[in-house]
Amino acid sequence: MGPFSLIVLTIAAIVFSAGGILAGRLFNKGSNNSQKGQAYECGIPTQTSPWHQFNVGYYLFALLFLIFDVELIFMYPWAVVVKKIGITALFEILVFVFILFMGFLYAHKKGALKWM
Amino acid sequence: MFSLQGITNGIQNFLKANFGATGVLIIESVIVMMLAITLFATLGLVLVWMERKVAAQMQIRSGPNRVGPMGIFQTSADTLKLILKEGLTPDGADKFLFNLAPFVVMIVAMLLLAPIAFAKGFQVWDINIGVLYVSAVSSLSVIGILMAGLASNNKYSLLGAMRSGAQIVSYELSAGLSILAIVVLTGSLQIGDIINAQQNGWWLFKGHIPVIIAFIIFMIAATAETNRAPFDMAEAESELTAGFHTEYSGMKFALFFLAEYINIFIVCAIGATLFLGGWMPFHIGNWQGFNHIMDFIPSSVWFFAKTFLLIFLIMWFRWTFPRLRVDQLLNLEWKYLLPISLFNLLLVTVIAILGWHF
Repeated sequence: MGPFSLIVLTIAAIVFSAGGILAGRLFNKGSNNSQKGQAYECGIPTQTSPWHQFNVGYYLFALLFLIFDVELIFMYPWAVVVKKIGITALFEILVFVFILFMGFLYAHKKGALKWM
Repeated sequence: MFSLQGITNGIQNFLKANFGATGVLIIESVIVMMLAITLFATLGLVLVWMERKVAAQMQIRSGPNRVGPMGIFQTSADTLKLILKEGLTPDGADKFLFNLAPFVVMIVAMLLLAPIAFAKGFQVWDINIGVLYVSAVSSLSVIGILMAGLASNNKYSLLGAMRSGAQIVSYELSAGLSILAIVVLTGSLQIGDIINAQQNGWWLFKGHIPVIIAFIIFMIAATAETNRAPFDMAEAESELTAGFHTEYSGMKFALFFLAEYINIFIVCAIGATLFLGGWMPFHIGNWQGFNHIMDFIPSSVWFFAKTFLLIFLIMWFRWTFPRLRVDQLLNLEWKYLLPISLFNLLLVTVIAILGWHF
């Protein structure tokens, strides 16, 4: 159908989700209750703010991912033409992967891959 | 011969004869929309039922068996119950993001349907960068999950979303690298080309051991990317109640639940397309008679059989392996799967260049 299909599918998703949620709204009005709005905490009253600090490790892995994912994007055009170019492409990707791997080893050595 | 291609071509010819260009486009859009929504609803119903039945069989019990024959209408009854439930929004939640998150997750799941070939000539859009499109769009679902976790003003949600983000983002690398193995062998990113390249045999059999390794890595990464056990740290129900969708109820919860199962289907469909030949029938070299019999099975049956085989595999994992701790999970990806898949890609390149594949 061409690029137009993406718009069609997006509209379909919105219609489906909105339809479901509206159908839910239709069947019950709900009641107001001060207990209802509290954050769920396994039955006990909510203590302290939910906006806690979380482990810095998540941030480190996100940074690492960013580096490797950009490298991965560079490999897509290479993968399409590798059969046509032949053995030259293999050596080129060897250099590429070698540099990438050095970066990976550096991150490993620095302890970025260790979960704290 | 019964095939969906004939039906789609017939419809298109009929429309072209009777309406103008805009009319054809509008009617086709409506048809695609209806089909996509129907597929979503049916898949949700079937997959949830299948999950419960498989789980039951693995544990030697009978599972849902009251509503309809073999409990097949159990999910419909559950959906009906969820519609009748109230959709709560907790105090202090970011209302806009909280309500937007289910939409984002659903839109991503729906957009991923576009390049999947359900049968011969039955594809919404055969994008020329199909594989890249799939890996690009599938990584958007993490935004919806982070949105849900951050907006719900709940400790469990926040932790679950963070874990889920780290996990999906990490396993995407090895999934991408294992997909690249097939791109190297085919020399095209288009899903249609990849399927046609498997006419005389599926890549899983043609590509020797490196492709089998790539397939195994892909299945592990697929399990992790859909937040399934043994990688279900994001919604480890014994410690985080339900992870990022703890605060969701009613239909919004149903949408998250549905999107999760749709994502399993899509990931398995991609796996079946790349490694098991999509709608291509099973052919063995020169066995003309055998190949001819296999051709009689419609292509859509082949596609769904392969996809559901992989889905069964993922459900099987759930009841076989214990859950991984978050550090073990990231170790597995960064210290084992990523180096292995990088090295494996080089092996596949050697095979492709020297023409050692069949």
